[in-house]
Amino acid sequence: MLAEPGALALPEVAAAADPASRGRRLPVFSLGIIGLFMLVAVLAPILSPADPFEQSLRNRFKPPVWEEGGSWKFPLGTDRLGRDMLSRIIWGSRVSLAAGVLTVLLASAFGAAVGLAAGYYGGRVDAALMRMTDATMSFPVILLALILAVTVGPSFTNVVVAIAVILWARYARVIRGQVLTLMQLDFVAQARIAGAGAWRIITRHLLPNTLGTLLVLVTLQIGYVIIVEASLSFLGAGIPPPTPAWGSMIAEGRDVVTRAWWVSLFPGLAILLVVLAFNLLGDWLRDTFDPKLRQL
Amino acid sequence: MLRFIGARLLQSLVALAIISVVVFVLARTTGDPLYLILPMSATQEDFANARQYLGLDRPYVEQYLSFVGRAVIGDFGTSLRARRPVSELIRERLPNSLKLAAFAMGVSLAMAFPLGVMAAVRKGTGLDRAAQIISVLGQSLPTFWVAILLVEFVAGRLQWLPAAGLEGFSSYVLPGFTLGWFVVAGLMRLLRSSMLEVLDSEYVKLARVKGVVEHRVIWLHALKNALIPVVTFAGIYFAILVTTAIVVETVFAWPGLGRLAYEGISSRDFPVIQAVVLTTAAIVAVVNLCVDCLYAFIDPRIRYAR
Repeated sequence: MLAEPGALALPEVAAAADPASRGRRLPVFSLGIIGLFMLVAVLAPILSPADPFEQSLRNRFKPPVWEEGGSWKFPLGTDRLGRDMLSRIIWGSRVSLAAGVLTVLLASAFGAAVGLAAGYYGGRVDAALMRMTDATMSFPVILLALILAVTVGPSFTNVVVAIAVILWARYARVIRGQVLTLMQLDFVAQARIAGAGAWRIITRHLLPNTLGTLLVLVTLQIGYVIIVEASLSFLGAGIPPPTPAWGSMIAEGRDVVTRAWWVSLFPGLAILLVVLAFNLLGDWLRDTFDPKLRQL
Repeated sequence: MLRFIGARLLQSLVALAIISVVVFVLARTTGDPLYLILPMSATQEDFANARQYLGLDRPYVEQYLSFVGRAVIGDFGTSLRARRPVSELIRERLPNSLKLAAFAMGVSLAMAFPLGVMAAVRKGTGLDRAAQIISVLGQSLPTFWVAILLVEFVAGRLQWLPAAGLEGFSSYVLPGFTLGWFVVAGLMRLLRSSMLEVLDSEYVKLARVKGVVEHRVIWLHALKNALIPVVTFAGIYFAILVTTAIVVETVFAWPGLGRLAYEGISSRDFPVIQAVVLTTAAIVAVVNLCVDCLYAFIDPRIRYAR
C-alpha cells in the first residue's frame, strides 16, 4: 500500500514538534485579506461603484485612474465592453469565494466519510474504497470539468460538482491514514469494550480526532479550488459570461493585453491575494495543529 | 516484490476500467455530436445515415464494448472534426507533451533540490525565508495568468523568447518554467520538511559525532532518507503537472495533448476526448505504478505491509 501523509502523523510526535511554530503570532495578514474579501463579496451590491453588467462602448478600454486618460469614474479602468473593472472584480469575489468554500465543504464531507469508513472497517471495505480513491486521484480535475462543461453546459453548479467529485479523494486518503493510527490507540479499544457501536466510535471518537487535520486541509485547498475554478472559467468551461468571474475576466483581457494590460492584470492580482491569504492561513493552521501533515 | 507488483498492476487496471466507463458515459449522456458535424440544411435522413455510419445508433453497451476492445489495441476511432484516425493525432501530439513535461520536471527538480535542502539546513535564515516565499507564491499564482504576463512581457515587449508554438529549444523556456513553477513550490516545501525531520534524527547526529564531513552528512546520509516522502508524492505531482499542462499548452499554443483535449472538447469530438482522457489516465497510472514499485523497493516495510 502507499503510505499516506496522515499515516505519519503520530499524535505524540506532533505535540513535541518544532518549538519555533508554537506561540507564533496570529496570521493577521491572511485573516485580514480573507475577511476583507468576504466582506466585499457579501456587500458587493453596496460597495461596487457601478453596475458590473452595464456596457458603454464609448468608454471602452479606459485606463486606470493613475494612467493618462484615466478618471475616478473607473478607478481600475474598463474592459472591452466599457464595463467598470473595479465593480466586476468586486462582484467576481462572490463567485470565487462561493466556489472555493462550497466545493471544499462538499469534498471534505464526502472524503472524510469515505476515509473514516475505510479506516474503521478495514479489510475488503478498505480495499474497495481505496481502489475507488486511487481511480479518482488519477483523473485530472480539469479534464473532467471540461467534459462536464461541454456535455452538461458550463455553470456554477457544474464547476463545483466537477471539482468536488475529484477532490474528495485527497481527504479520504489522509483521513484514512489518520484513522488507521488512531485505531491502534487504547481509547478506541476501550470504547469498544464499553460497548460502543461502530457509528458511535466513528462519530464520537474518530471524527473529533481528525478535525484538526480536516481544518488544515480545507483551508489549504480553498486556495487550490479558487485557482482551478479560475482556470476553468479562463478556458471557457467555468462560470459562463456575462457573470463576472476573475478567470473569465483574465481570458477576456488576454487578446488585448498589449493595448489594455489592466483587464488581465487586476483580476489576476485579486486571485493571487485571496489564494495567498488562504495558503498562508493554512500553513499557519498546519504548523499549529498538525505539524507533521504533508500536503501539496 | 513480484507479488506486490502484480497486485499493484491489477489495481491500476481496475482504476483504468472505471475511468473508461465514466468517460464513455459522460461523453454520451448529453448532446448529439451530429448537430456539430452535419450542416444546418441536413435532413432527417442525413442524420439517420450519419448515425448509422458512425455507429451511434447501436446500444450503449455495444458501443462501449467495441470502444474498449479497439482502444486496447490502440484504435480510438476517427476524429469527428479532423476526420483522421485519433491514434494518429495522439501519436503526433503526445511526444510534444512528454517533452514539455520532461523539461518542466527537469527545471523543477534542478530548482527544488538545492533550495529545499539548503532551506532545511539553514533553517530560519534569509535563504530559508526566501525559499518559503517562493514556495507559497508558487502555489498561489494562477498558472494561466503567469503565462499571459510572460507572453506579454518576456515574449512581446522584450522579444527575448518566442511567445507560442514549438520551434527549437527556446520555445521550451516559457511554457516549461510556467509549468514547472507550481511543482517547484510543492516539491521544495516537501523536501524541506522531510529534511528537517531527518536532520534531527539519531543516525545523522551519530554520523556527525563520528566526524563525517558536513556536506556528506547532508547530501548523502540525510538526503537519502528525506527522499522517501518525496517519492511517495511524485505520482501526485505528475498528475498535477498533466492537469496544469492543459492550461499552459492552451495559452502557449503548444501542439500537445492538453491542447488537443481543449480543442476536442470545444468541438465535442467524442473519440478525441475519450482517447485523450484515457491516454492521460493510462500515463498517470503507469507513473503511479512505477512510483509505488520504486517506493516498495526503497522502503521494504511497504512490501510486507499486507
